[in-house]
Amino acid sequence: MGKALLEIENLQTSFRIKGTDYAAVDDVSLCIHEDEVLAIVGESGCGKSALALSIIGLHEPRVTDLRGAIRFEGENLLELSRKKLNEIRGKEIGMVFQDPMTALNPLLTIGSQIEEPMKYHMDLSRIARKERALDLLRRVGIRDEALVHARYPHELSGGMRQRVVIAIALACNPRLLIADEPTTALDVTIQAQIMELLKTLQSEMQSGILLITHDLGVVAETADRVAVMYAGQIVELAEVDDIFARPLHPYTRSLFQSNPAKMPRKGRLHVIQGRVPNLENLKREGCRFADRVPWVPKTEHARSPVLQEVKRGHFVRCTCYKNFHFNTGRSGEKDVATS
Amino acid sequence: MLTFIMRRMAIMIPQLLLLSLIIFVLAKAMPGDAVSGAIQGNPDVSAEQLEEIRGKMGLNDPWYTQYSRWLGDFVQGDMGMSYVHQQPVTTLLAGRLGNTFLLSLATLIVSYLIAIPLGIIAGRWHQSWADKLIVGYNYFSIATPLFVFALLVLFVFGFYFNWFPLGGSVDIQAEGGSWEYVVSKAHHLVLPTLSGALLATAGTIQYLRNDIIETKLKDFVKTARAKGIPERRVYTDHILRNSLLPIAAFLGYEITLLISGSIFIESIYSYPGLGQLFVQSISTRDFTVVSALVMISGAAVIVGTMLSDIILSIVDPRIRIE
Repeated sequence: MGKALLEIENLQTSFRIKGTDYAAVDDVSLCIHEDEVLAIVGESGCGKSALALSIIGLHEPRVTDLRGAIRFEGENLLELSRKKLNEIRGKEIGMVFQDPMTALNPLLTIGSQIEEPMKYHMDLSRIARKERALDLLRRVGIRDEALVHARYPHELSGGMRQRVVIAIALACNPRLLIADEPTTALDVTIQAQIMELLKTLQSEMQSGILLITHDLGVVAETADRVAVMYAGQIVELAEVDDIFARPLHPYTRSLFQSNPAKMPRKGRLHVIQGRVPNLENLKREGCRFADRVPWVPKTEHARSPVLQEVKRGHFVRCTCYKNFHFNTGRSGEKDVATS
Repeated sequence: MLTFIMRRMAIMIPQLLLLSLIIFVLAKAMPGDAVSGAIQGNPDVSAEQLEEIRGKMGLNDPWYTQYSRWLGDFVQGDMGMSYVHQQPVTTLLAGRLGNTFLLSLATLIVSYLIAIPLGIIAGRWHQSWADKLIVGYNYFSIATPLFVFALLVLFVFGFYFNWFPLGGSVDIQAEGGSWEYVVSKAHHLVLPTLSGALLATAGTIQYLRNDIIETKLKDFVKTARAKGIPERRVYTDHILRNSLLPIAAFLGYEITLLISGSIFIESIYSYPGLGQLFVQSISTRDFTVVSALVMISGAAVIVGTMLSDIILSIVDPRIRIE
């Protein structure tokens, strides 16, 4: 593992809703190293995207309050002026968005959208930019690159567009790539291709990737380390092999339990009770997951849960993981994680 | 692209034919005809003479013969005689068309010059005090009736301060082609243009503002920001480019107004244009003039819509049909 590329320290991202600030990302500390894939998993509404957008400074500043620090190669992105931040994003940090159908400007050709960041970050002639754009298109697996270069987004399929979005993110050789659910909007066969592509590119580029996803299959295949987020906090953080071999936190185990791939032939798929609380209703004291495992006695939870290192590199929040078992009262449910 | 324009123009032909047929039928359905209009109820003309004149003028021919004759003449620039003015409709229209075109063009340009910057400011800094001020101005201009506002402007700047002429399109003493003539024309244009433009901006401002507010939240704008390009360029290259589309498309329709003119403004400022002529002709039952004007403005709508489509196909790649 290389040296630290991005260090997030006690990040708190709050959104102002009707005059009150609610933290969507609550005291998150993370570190992404060079040539490392760090996956963030969690249900929708857990603050994964809010975290990613905080890094690249895409929250509406008027309703967002950012605290803590996000250090990219030592520089705190939260303290930079917009101008300084613009020298880093697009150049050092590339972003792949969730929905390729809406992430591209419908009025500009593919070529000009790929070349746009190069205009501001690289000292290249017009011809050199085009050369580079064509090369990028080839690298993201588009064969008739010259044709696609002159096309408009609506003329391409979803998978092709996501390749273009990746090409844009890679345009200036970023050190860090943030991929916010890059395959969610695509159909399954294309998903596999795009993940394959990201893996290949990552090994070529030697850059760090922050991969946000809720696809555990993708995590197992691509990630080096995994951070599990619930209700704005990291509840578990570990090497990928560790977490799949021995998931600790009840939320992590519930997520794994809910994976249809691991479901026993007969019986029902595990469903986590309740839902992720929305920002305004989120209880901020005690274990935030407690409400969704109501059979766990209150005494099992820590009063103010903190992230503890239980094994080298394996962190888990709260104490409720120690004696956690699934509520097997319902028929046919077996704890796949411990069996 | 060229085939698209050609095809779009081809669609226009049946539209225009249908329009002309409807206008012809409506004109025929109105009480009275060219003969009763020409004799103006003269009691010395007997019924037999009337029939004879009708026969000579072809008014007893079947409708399709009359229609094709009317259409043929119309296409060749003969729009018939005005009963009231006793001169060819074309002569009547010639001078006024220029006036209307000039006034409407000036109004259009001034209103865009006001509306586009204001719409951009309100959209970009929406909910700021500038935005609130602009939206306030919008409500004012939507709520104010044009004829009240125009009269007020005329009263204050024309009558009270006496800065501008009260009516007409040019000083009668000014000699055609001279510098004074041009200055006088411009001087006469100021009040009608301003009162028309100030109220016409509301729609454009509101449209542009709302579109910018909506476009700002689109994903591709996030992509643009993530590229690290300056905020100014995020606006010009991404947000405005998309938000100006509907405005550009609307331009074609606005061109329609260049030809049909404004009835209120022209009447209040006694500006000799088509709008004023239209009102006069209706009140004097000058049917040939009315149907010619309706045909012209109907055709202008059709041409304007076509222009809208063509403009949109130029600025929006998604519309382009190979």
